[in-house]
Formats: sequence, C-alpha cells, structure tokens
Amino acid sequence: MSDTAASDDGDGPAVDAEEVRHVAELARVRLDDDEVDEFAAQFGDILEYFEALDEVPETEREEELVNVMRPDEIEEGLSQEAALRNADETEDGFFVGPKVS
Amino acid sequence: MAADLNIFITEETIEGGDAEGDDAPLADVTLAVKDNISTAGIRTTCGSEMLADYVPPYSATVVDRLTEAGATVVGKTNMDQFGMGTTTETSAFGPTRNPVDTDRVPGGSSGGSAAAVAAGEADIALGSDTGGSVRCPAAFCGVVGIKPTYGLVSRYGLVAYANSLEQIGPIAGTVEEAAAALDVMAGPDPNDGTTRDLSEVEGADPDASYAAAADGDVEGMTVGVPTELFEGADERVVETVEDALADLEAQGAETTEISLPSVEHAVQAYYVIAMAEASSNLARFDGVRYGHRSESDGNWNESFAETRDEGFGAEVKRRILLGTYALSAGYHDKYYEKAQDARAWVRRDFEDAFDDVDVIASPTMPVLPFELGESLDDPLRMYLADANTTPVNLANLPAVSVPAGEADGLPVGLQLVGPKFDEETIVRAASAVEDE
Repeated sequence: MSDTAASDDGDGPAVDAEEVRHVAELARVRLDDDEVDEFAAQFGDILEYFEALDEVPETEREEELVNVMRPDEIEEGLSQEAALRNADETEDGFFVGPKVS
Repeated sequence: MAADLNIFITEETIEGGDAEGDDAPLADVTLAVKDNISTAGIRTTCGSEMLADYVPPYSATVVDRLTEAGATVVGKTNMDQFGMGTTTETSAFGPTRNPVDTDRVPGGSSGGSAAAVAAGEADIALGSDTGGSVRCPAAFCGVVGIKPTYGLVSRYGLVAYANSLEQIGPIAGTVEEAAAALDVMAGPDPNDGTTRDLSEVEGADPDASYAAAADGDVEGMTVGVPTELFEGADERVVETVEDALADLEAQGAETTEISLPSVEHAVQAYYVIAMAEASSNLARFDGVRYGHRSESDGNWNESFAETRDEGFGAEVKRRILLGTYALSAGYHDKYYEKAQDARAWVRRDFEDAFDDVDVIASPTMPVLPFELGESLDDPLRMYLADANTTPVNLANLPAVSVPAGEADGLPVGLQLVGPKFDEETIVRAASAVEDE
C-alpha cells in the first residue's frame, strides 16, 4: 500500500497530535491523550492511502439532478409531546440545552 | 443459540398487517430489521451508546410497507456502530458471531441481519448498504443480499450515515425471497425526495416483478468479468467464483473479460465521500433533543464534545474526524473534489461496460470471513476489504451477492452488478447461480 501513495509535496500525510486535536475540536469530539496518539498514527496511514486520489484524472461530472418539489401544504407532523419524548431535559414544552457561554 | 451469536439488540415484535390475497405477499414471513432503521415505539440504537435509549416516534417507510404486506418484525439486529465497519465488531453491544463458524465475524455492517437469516431466526432481514454493508455480510454468512439502485427504495426512517451512497436492501436465504421483499419495498415515497418514479425513468420498467425474474434463465446473457476485481483476491475465493461462472456458462451465459480501470481508486473515493458525509450527518448528535447526554456542566461546546466522546465508539470518531479533516480548508480540493472526480470516473466506466455486457461479475469480498478481532486494530486493512463493493455505491448501481460455494468450509459470495434500475437482470443471473 505505502508505495502507491508516496508524497513529497510538503503538506503530505504525516499527522501530528496537534492536528488531531485541532480537527477534534472542529468536530466537537473530546478525545483523551491515548486516542489522540492512536489516531495520529492511524491517520498518517489512511491519509497516505487517500493520496492515491492524486492519480485520478479530472473527469467531467454529469450529475443527474432534478428538483423535487411538493405543494406547500400543511401536513400532520409530530405532536409536541412526541417530539420532546427522547430529550434528556425539557421545560414548558421546550428542549433544555447546555449553557451558551 | 441466538443469544450466543448476539444477533439481536432488541427482540420485540411488530405484527404483520391483516392484508389478504395479493396484498399480503409476505403473510407468515418473519422479518429482522437492522437497528439503524426506525421502528415506532421500539428502540433504534444504531449499535451505539449514543442512541441506546432512543425510541423513534415513527417507522421507516420500508418497515411500514413490509408489515402491511404481512411480514412480522421479530427484532432489531446488531450492526457496526452507525453502519461504520465491515465486521459487526464495532457495535457497542458486542460483536455478532457468524453462524457458519462462530470464531469468525459475520461481515458488516449489517452482520446481525445476515446472521439472523443464516441462523434461521428470520426469513428476511433488512440491511443498509453504504459501501457494501448488505452484500458483505450476505457473502460471509452464505445468504443472498441485494443492494438496490440508488433511488429505488425509500431511505425515510434510515438513520443517515452517507446519504448519497446508502440504500436499504433485503437479505434472505434465496434470491427469490429477497426479490419478493424488494418488490414490496421498492417505489417512490413522498417522504424521500431521492426516490424515483420508475414510470419517469428512461429504460426502467415500472411494472417490474423482481421475484418473477428469479427464473434462472441466463441463455444468451453476457457476463462481464473485470480483471481488476479479481486481482489481489484470495486464491480460494477466486477459484470458487470462477467455478460459479463456469456453471453460468454451462447454462448458456457468455462470459467476457472486461476492464474497469477506475475501480482501483474506488475505495479511497468511497471513504473520503462517506467520511465527509458522516462528519456532517452525525453533527446532529448533541444530546439535546435525543440521544445520550453527558453530565457535563460546561458550556454548549464543552458539553457537546463530552457527549460525543462518551456516545461514539472509536470507528465513528475516526470517520467523523477524517471527514472533518478532508473537508477542512486547504484539504477540500485535495481529497473531497478528487474523490468526486473518481466517483464520476467510476460511473462512466460502468456505463461504458454496460454497452457491451448485461451484468458484471466478481467476488463480493476478496477475502474469506475474518476471524473475530483480526482486523480491529488496523482500520486500513478493514477498509481495503471493501474494494469490490464500494464501486457499486459510487455508481449508484444495483448489485446482488449470491452464494457461489464454499472454500475451506467458509461461504464465498459472487457479486453481480447491473445497469441502473435493472434489478431484474441481476436477480435472474443470481437465481441461475444458486440453481447449481
């Protein structure tokens, strides 16, 4: 595997712990130090493998996309009670979230 | 028996409807449902701590359709957490064991569903296939799994992982049974704008009966055999699949070697796209409206990050982080845009191939079922096992995995891929394989 994707373009696949921490912060996932180290090691291999995408020729993309519309009519939805039923904390018919700051 | 195999996460019943006659094609059929497909009033965990106590207020369209046709749901099956895995070992509820050999994995991510059918716990089971998750466990457990054309089956009520790739598909003991379930599941759904009305799709047959297509008649059918999907596969797998292809020839099919150069890049493209979509889809799990919520007394971001640390398993975190990385500033063009190019290239390769052949055949999985624990520490090795199934999802095509025989006492699956919305041809070809 490793020989298909050698990269020397500077921003190659080596990933350090700092980078993993930064991405984890962007993704809002807390990691402990062991996980950070494990992921840093694994991400190097995986991203190096992804580098093989550099060999892909630019291809014209013909997306077969169509707009799907429906009439803007009021339909039955979930009741407030049903919508709140899985929430950990609710108050007066609202979801209660963590404090904002 | 079932408890040892760890097939079900939740064993609860939804009785089939009381339809009669032609409206009840699945009367007396038992149905197992992968635990990322919503069932009203029955918890739907996605194999994750995050949703361990989540009880959906509605059922997925496919569940409604199958129960209205008479099928009785018998339980929710174990799976790789959020559909992320190739072995059903990433479940928060422990791994499922392969009924054929209990020291081995059933494949993933719909491993519980394939094991339910193989162990006789259900007649039909539902899986979801994002990069091969119906076909892989079908192959490893020696049963039949169909991944429908993107847009044939509603995804309403399927907990999203990678929307542009995934379809719900049936798993059964025979091609005809799987096809009969597909007949009931297929068709447009006002709740899913990506479903297509076949009367509006050029070349598709809106009156297709998939079950009726399981007639084993392959006289004159041309089968393309792409060299790239045999290279690197386990020799025992290749021999078994080649024997099955020889059987098809003996029944009047014509095989011809073809080349799909783009598939060499399919696994990379698949994982970049799937991880990117996962990082976006799984942002909804913040513990506020549903799902696990941490005891954290921090602010929104801290509480959110802690909730997600506690709720998600390692493979899920790995994919969210890699997806976030691939979409982040400076890397978007390098990974995501290139992956979209590869996807378009794969699609065009298949289209060109179908100018000359009716179906394309290969091993479903390039390997025999892994032993439990074998691939867990090496995610890249697990990803590489998806080499033959992921191109199909990138190209939005239909495919079936049908048992081709055994090697060293372990099941080997043959994959048959067809043109868009031509499920009838792959069902016909697969039914000829199982006749042998």
